[in-house]
Amino acid sequence: MAAKSTLPNMVLCLGVTCLLCSAILGVAYAVTEKPIREAAAAKTSRSIGEVLPAFTSVEEITDGDVTYFKAMADDALVGYAIRSTVSGFGGPLTLLVGITADGKVYNTTVLSHSETPGLGAKCTSDQKFMAQWKGLDPSVATLSVKKDGGSIDAITASTITSRAYTQAVANALDTFRSINAPEPVSTEPGISIDLSGDGTVAPIIINSGV
Amino acid sequence: MNKNIKLIGDGLVKNNPTFVLLLGMCPTLATTTSAINGMSMGLATLFVLVLSNMAISAISPLVPDKVHIPVYIVVIATFVTLLQFLMQAFTPAMYETLGLFIPLIVVNCIVLGRAEAFANKNGVIASACDGLGVGLGFTLALTVLGLVRELLGSGSAFGFNLIGGHDGMLAFVMAPGAFICLGYLLVLFNKIFKR
Repeated sequence: MAAKSTLPNMVLCLGVTCLLCSAILGVAYAVTEKPIREAAAAKTSRSIGEVLPAFTSVEEITDGDVTYFKAMADDALVGYAIRSTVSGFGGPLTLLVGITADGKVYNTTVLSHSETPGLGAKCTSDQKFMAQWKGLDPSVATLSVKKDGGSIDAITASTITSRAYTQAVANALDTFRSINAPEPVSTEPGISIDLSGDGTVAPIIINSGV
Repeated sequence: MNKNIKLIGDGLVKNNPTFVLLLGMCPTLATTTSAINGMSMGLATLFVLVLSNMAISAISPLVPDKVHIPVYIVVIATFVTLLQFLMQAFTPAMYETLGLFIPLIVVNCIVLGRAEAFANKNGVIASACDGLGVGLGFTLALTVLGLVRELLGSGSAFGFNLIGGHDGMLAFVMAPGAFICLGYLLVLFNKIFKR
């Protein structure tokens, strides 16, 4: 019942099959390309909306391997949503960290993770863990888990994930500082380093006049 | 017509891909962490299975025997990619959960297995019914397995939490629990349907 397996026959059959299938996929791609892009964009803007206060416009900026979003309300800077990837317990853990213009963490959200279900994966659902990032002031809090002498409550039985999460937020804050660094943010001349001894690493502020 | 209804029924019980044929174990074990995930994976496979069975039964008389496997794989891969585009566009949340396992439907032995064992010997309508039956059987098996694992592992059913703030038995959400649950479900299925 199958056709004879001669060389031209086989080449023709495979060729036609591939051609037809590629044509179908080409059409399907053209049709779905726009909705796929819209869905991805909707997800990004929804995540930014979660981690920052109300804004009117957002601009995506890629600086080397760092991607962040600058959110503006009319002409005023609302803050930055910074994408931060670290390695967690089960693979890369990617967060979106919202930092308002005053340098405080507004909120954080997990963009993707591969943590253990029921343990590390609680970083997307544990209310107590998630709430402590809201309004976190890096000049007051020490960004490491309590086990390591910091001020972050880890998720029970998920210290590694909690550490990674904390690291990701700390990296985002570093990025925020490097974004803000070129602008003179202090009226004090010279270099000021906070050495209050509580383990806080405050931004080094260098006046542009020096 | 009766024959076609019987084909669908066979797929659910006599030819159940998970409980009888033991095919497609990789997605079965990996995606059934919850009832919803299992059901979505089952439905995705059902979609590919029905379409690829129909296409393959239509083209099989024209395909030379020596290249029939590559041709079938190309046909199956086309439907899987189509499904992937559609899910990405219209159900992005579900696409994210199933992610990696959607492209892997291409090499799911159920799909190629039905193409080889049934679709290339039977008509388009019968093949569609066979695909529907086997697909439904797979969906049912994955939903049941997902439900059991979700109940034991997270204490919820279809996402509704039943045990308040308590923790479930985590092992059942992870890989060992998948094997244990599948084993007991196989015992149960064989006890009920095999005489």
